Parts: sequence; C-alpha cells; structure tokens
Amino acid sequence: MSERRYTAEHEWISLDGDIATVGITNHAQEALGDLVFVELPDTEREVSAGEACAVVESVKAASDVYAPLTGKITEVNGIVAEEPALVNREPEGEAWFFRIKIADRVAFDTLMDADQYKAFLETAA
Amino acid sequence: MTELASTTTETEILKRTPLDGLHRALGARMVPFAGYEMPVQYAQGILSEHVHCRSHAALFDVSHMGQFSLRGTYAAAALELLVPGDMAGMAPGRQRYSLFLNEAGGIIDDLMIANAGNCLRLVVNASRKSIDAAHLAANLPESVKLVEHADRALLALQGPSAAAVLGRMCPETAGLAFMQVADLPIMGITCWVSRSGYTGEDGFEISVPAEEAERFARALLDQPEVHPAGLGARDSLRLEAGLCLYGQDLDETTSPIEAGLAWTIAKRRKMEWNFLGADPVREQMDNGVQRKRVGIRPDGRAPARAGTEIAGPDGSIIGVITSGTFGPTLGAPVAMGYVKRGHTADDTPLDLMIRGRAHPARVAPTPFVPHRYAR
Repeated sequence: MSERRYTAEHEWISLDGDIATVGITNHAQEALGDLVFVELPDTEREVSAGEACAVVESVKAASDVYAPLTGKITEVNGIVAEEPALVNREPEGEAWFFRIKIADRVAFDTLMDADQYKAFLETAA
Repeated sequence: MTELASTTTETEILKRTPLDGLHRALGARMVPFAGYEMPVQYAQGILSEHVHCRSHAALFDVSHMGQFSLRGTYAAAALELLVPGDMAGMAPGRQRYSLFLNEAGGIIDDLMIANAGNCLRLVVNASRKSIDAAHLAANLPESVKLVEHADRALLALQGPSAAAVLGRMCPETAGLAFMQVADLPIMGITCWVSRSGYTGEDGFEISVPAEEAERFARALLDQPEVHPAGLGARDSLRLEAGLCLYGQDLDETTSPIEAGLAWTIAKRRKMEWNFLGADPVREQMDNGVQRKRVGIRPDGRAPARAGTEIAGPDGSIIGVITSGTFGPTLGAPVAMGYVKRGHTADDTPLDLMIRGRAHPARVAPTPFVPHRYAR
C-alpha cells in the first residue's frame, strides 16, 4: 500500500518502497487550465529536492514542476508528453509525471499529508 | 509548480469595465491587464473558447480599449501629420488600421481610425490610452476637438456565425463589408458598429453606452451560437491570425518597416512624406532594415514564449520571439519574432533557445490560419 504526500508547489508524491511517483495535484491543473505541452526529465538524471525538472504549459504560460525529493529519475510517463490534456483529466491518477528512486525516506515523511494539504489550500485561497 | 512567466503584481487600483458584474456571474477568471481587471477565461477554458470562435461566434469584452473621437473641419488633415495612412481620402463609413509614430519612426501605438461622417473615431490600446491622448493633445491644432468616450463599452463579436447573429438583431449590419462602420440602432441602443476584429474571423466591434452594455451583452450571449471568450483566447486567436500585439510585437523602438507594416503607409503619403517620423521610415524603405518581424513555426511541440532567443545555423543569436503560444486551430505552437536581415525568407531554419536547449523551427508565412473577413 503506497502512501501519498503533497508539496506547497502542488506536486503529489506516492511512495512505494524507495520509488516515489510524482504528479501535479488537481488544484494545480485547475489553476493552470488546459495543458498543451509537457516536458519530462531524462531518466537517470540525479535531482535534488526543489530542483525544477519538468515543465507544464497552458495556452497562456509555462510553469515548472519540481522534484519533491532528492534521488535519481528512474522512469517518466511518456503518455502525458504525448497527450498533455490527460493531466487535466486524470491529474492524480494516470497522468503521473516521473518516478524517483529516493535515498532518504525521512524527507518524504516531512511532506504534507492529504489533510495538511487540504488545509494548506484553504489558507492559501 | 510555479508559473515561470507570471504577471506582474499590480499595486495600483485596478479599473473595472461596465461588464465586470457579468464576467463574475459567468464564472470568469479575472486577471490584471493594462490597469483593468479583465476576464482571461470563463468556465469553458481558453482552448474551447478559441475553437468556438473559429467554429461559431465568441463575445469578447474589449471595453478596456480607448475610444476617442476627433471633431473639426480639419480633423483628417491634422491627423495625417501623426499617422502614415490616407485619412483625407477615407470615405465616410470606412475604417483603417493605422499607427502613431514618433519622430524616430518608432510605433507609439497601433489603432483603428474610422470616418463616422461628422467625426473621426479612434480605437486605441488600453495600455497606451493616456500616452495617445497626450500625443494627440500636444500635436493637434486647437480647432480639432479630442473627446475620450470613457462612458462607452466596447464588445467584439467574432466568428463565422457573427453576421447571422447580429443580422437577426439588426438586418442593416449584414450590409457592412470588412472595415466598414455605421451607427445603427440595436435593441433601441445607438451602436457604433464596425465590421472588423482581432481574431482573423469575420465579426464586429460594437461600441455601446456603458449603462446599456450588460443588457446588450446578455442579449448576444442568449443567441445559441455565442459563447463568451476571454483575453486568453483573444491572444491565441490574434497570434494565429498573424496580428501584432502592442507592447510585445510593436513598441516605440520598432518601425513600421521592421514590423512588416509598410502597407499602412498610403501611396499618397509616400509622395508627401510629411507625417511625424516620415524621414527615418523613408530611409528604411530605401535602404532596408537590419531586422524584420517574421512568423515562426516550431518543428516540435514546445511553445516558444516571448523573450525566447533565436539562434542562426552557426549558433549565434540572430533574434528574439515577441509572441508565442500554442495555436489551438493548428494543434501546434506558433510564434512571431524579429530576426536579422538574411534570415527572414519563408522556410529559413532557426533554432529557438527554450530553457537552454535548441528547438528547431522555421520562418513561416502569416497568417498561420487564413483570414475569413467579409470582403
């Protein structure tokens, strides 16, 4: 059973063993509007927590997606690059962006859980 | 997730158009634009609003734009000293696209000028209103009276169904050809109607008194073909149509020759060369310019945004993107920008430097989507 956490930059992270799957939240896709382009990181890339490693673009603007945790990119979801609209439809399901093999589980535990993220969205609104 | 190109935080008090309440009632997302709170999109979203405009009709609130009139026997002759177009020869009921130029031949603003019979009517960019008004006041003789119509709203009804929609409400509108204007009663409102727009589609821009704007807009939105559309779709539509946006594609350091707008210089004016900025413009026409505005089609799917550097085959920077987005009609990115002389021919290969990587692109003819004006 994987656990899910969230960042203040509106990424979600689902942890399975030492593999973290990362996507953007439903709130993020709503704020962005119709997505028309997604750029994914190269696999094998070493990323640090907070490092910009993917890009999402709406008709209006481009936004960075950050690596929420330090580690190595093991896999990317080519489907979202092929069909960016999937991110609008299935942001927290099928439309994950990339997977990171993480070294440090503690960092994951410090991220917001679902209730904390919900509260965060309410205070930010 | 953080927006890379975020809009500047506005500390000033933002103005609202007469349709502000309607936008909010329709669920618009409001953003600061040129000193106004404007709808960037409604619930449908930019893609859908864009596509609907190309297939049916879209209603845009463009009340933030400046509406002026010039009165006086010599208004046309006086205005000719500030624009390169043929104003004296423009018949009543006609409208032209023109430019205010500074002494160096740079573009102060691009605007529409109509001959309404008893006066000239101007529609200028929201961001340039006060600059244009000061420029006119400083350069027009006292006998020409300048009035700003801040008490009027401006709506744009655009798309292949626009003529049928407006024709149901006022049959006389069908008689207007592209770039013709008339004052017509619609729903008992005296409307200043112009068959023109900023989308590449057939359509109308309609000026109405502010207090009638919401009733008029709701009547248009009640028509089955019409959906509201915001500034987001307006931008992607105009870019597909190859039309310039002041402040991005045009500014005071850009000349009409560089911008590919030499066609706005009327034949007679090219014999007289007596408008402000005529000498540098003439010199550029004779000797050519160092850079020119071109349309650009990226080969891949990554949109190239304004500010993206353009590299030539040897890797050196030869230009910059001034407008770029994803073109929903084409299902591909589109852009325009300025490139050095020698790189302006159609199909010239270029590299767009997006996030540090070269993305291949080609110079392409504009409009990217053919205009469908009612000629």
